[in-house]
Amino acid sequence: METLVANVLLTFLVFIAIGIIVLRDLLGAVILLGVYSLIAAGAFVVMDAVDVAFTEAAVGSGISTILFLGCLSFTQHKQKPRGHDSLAALIFVVITGGLLIYGTLDMPHYGRADSAAQTHPELAVRFLEQSASEVGPPNIVTSVLASYRGYDTLGETLVVFAAGIAVLSLLGLKRTRREDEAPEHAPGDTPSADVDERR
Amino acid sequence: MFIAATIAILVTMALTLARALLGPTLFDRLLAVNSFGTKTVLLISVYGFMTDRPDFLDIALVYSLINFLGTIAVLKFFEFDDPGSETYQEDDF
Repeated sequence: METLVANVLLTFLVFIAIGIIVLRDLLGAVILLGVYSLIAAGAFVVMDAVDVAFTEAAVGSGISTILFLGCLSFTQHKQKPRGHDSLAALIFVVITGGLLIYGTLDMPHYGRADSAAQTHPELAVRFLEQSASEVGPPNIVTSVLASYRGYDTLGETLVVFAAGIAVLSLLGLKRTRREDEAPEHAPGDTPSADVDERR
Repeated sequence: MFIAATIAILVTMALTLARALLGPTLFDRLLAVNSFGTKTVLLISVYGFMTDRPDFLDIALVYSLINFLGTIAVLKFFEFDDPGSETYQEDDF
C-alpha cells in the first residue's frame, strides 16, 4: 500500500511537470508549482522523511509561491512564444539528467535491508548515546548535521553562497556601475579600486 | 477501511489534478489547486491512521496552513496586481 501511494504521488508529479512546461500562462504555472511542492512533500511524508517534507512544504509551496508572485508583478503573465527550439539545450539537459540518474544507481534502493544504515546499526546507536558528550547540542539531528557530516554541510553552504553571489551579481552590479558614471570618475579609472571602496 | 479511503482520496486527487491541468480559466486552476491541497491533507492524515502513526495528523494540520497561505497569496495577487497589459482580463478570465 505504501508503494502504491508513493507511486501514484510520483506519477502526479510527472503530469504536473509536463503541465508546467506546456503552460504559457505564467501565473497558472506558479500555481501548479505550488501543488508540485505540496505533492513532493506528501511523497516525503509517505516515505517517512517528515523533516524533509516540512522543509519542502514551507519553502517550495509557501515562500517560493510568494516570491514568484512578487516577480510576476514586475513582468507580464504570458510567456513569449519561442520561434525556435534549441536542440543543443535539449541534448545537454538529457545528458545531464541521464548522468544524475546513473549516479543514483549505486545507491541502495528504497527500503532495502542491506543499505549502509541497516547493516551498521552501531552508527545510529553511537549517535544516540555519544553525541551529547562528543558534540554537545541536545538535538541529535543538529549534531549530525553540524559535526558528524560537517564537511557535507560545509559543501552545501558553499553552493548556497555561490548561488547568492550569482543572484547578487545579476541584480546589483548594473545599478552600482551606473552610479559610478559620475563626472568626477574618468572612464579609464581602475575598476578594482572602485569595487574595494564600495565594500 | 483506511485502504478504501486512501484509494478514494487518490482518485479524487487525480480528478482535481485533471481540472488544474486542463482548466480553461485561472480560477478553475486555483480552485482545483486549493481542493488538491485539502486532499493532500486528508491523504496524509488517513495514511497516518492506516500505518498506525496518528501523529501524522499534526503534519497534516501544518500542510493545511501552508496551502491556505499559498491560496491567500495568489488571491491577493489577483486583487492588487497591475495586469501589465490592457487585454489581460479578456484574454485570461
